[in-house]
Amino acid sequence: MDKPGTALLVMGCPEVPTQTSVVLYLANKLNKAGIDVTVAGTDAALKLTKVADPEGFYIKKLADVDETIAEMAEKKADFDLVFAFMHSDAGVVYAATIAALSQAKVFALVFGKNAEALAGTIEFPAEKVVAKATHNPTPLKNKLDKALQQQVIA
Amino acid sequence: MSCIEQMKYDLLLERISFKEAREYIEKNSDEVYYVNPGYKIFKDYYVIGVPPVAIGAKGEDLIFTYVKPCHGTFVMKIKSPEEIERLREKEKKKVMESLKKGGKSDDAAESPAASYQDLWKK
Repeated sequence: MDKPGTALLVMGCPEVPTQTSVVLYLANKLNKAGIDVTVAGTDAALKLTKVADPEGFYIKKLADVDETIAEMAEKKADFDLVFAFMHSDAGVVYAATIAALSQAKVFALVFGKNAEALAGTIEFPAEKVVAKATHNPTPLKNKLDKALQQQVIA
Repeated sequence: MSCIEQMKYDLLLERISFKEAREYIEKNSDEVYYVNPGYKIFKDYYVIGVPPVAIGAKGEDLIFTYVKPCHGTFVMKIKSPEEIERLREKEKKKVMESLKKGGKSDDAAESPAASYQDLWKK
């Protein structure tokens, strides 16, 4: 694969605190690698990132997740990398949808109390990054760092 | 917000897993069609789902899944002979194309997958 130029970070329901923290961390890391980052999510998930990053220092582009899927379905948008965050069945369903619509290399970031069991339900092609992280983002961050190193992104 | 939430709908199941929703549609519809994620129904709803996504028809009602990130999967029905007809036409077209190609279709987007795993293998 050529050096990736674009990445989509797909946030799931923001009820697990780990997500927003790791999204900001990952966006920063990808920015530093020269990758154009778009973060998509629900209204609440987007507001959490906006408040945490009011100047848009880490996240330059925000998008509604359903509108992003519509754009991808109409073949008006695609990305080189997709990082899909999930801690519930609905998160897996959204990630499967995006994986089916995209040519991107997909990373499935699975976290929360039932991370291992949930990861077992993923059948679409994706590199799984799994950590039983709910309040403490470090286990997910560490596993993500390893996955990124293998991709020579960071 | 999709146009669906402003339409007259009935909720058949709420806050379930996608797998349960698919099984319900398969068991409780007169006709079942399979589409890929991103298939557009009504004005602006692009179907969210794990492929193959089942959409059912029962009488004049379209039975389909609706997924919300924080609330899980819902099964809804909306009266829509137009959408049902569109699915039937799509299916007919698919069969005709398949016959023309000697029973083989190489269009992953249009072919119903025999199973979930088959779809990803294509």
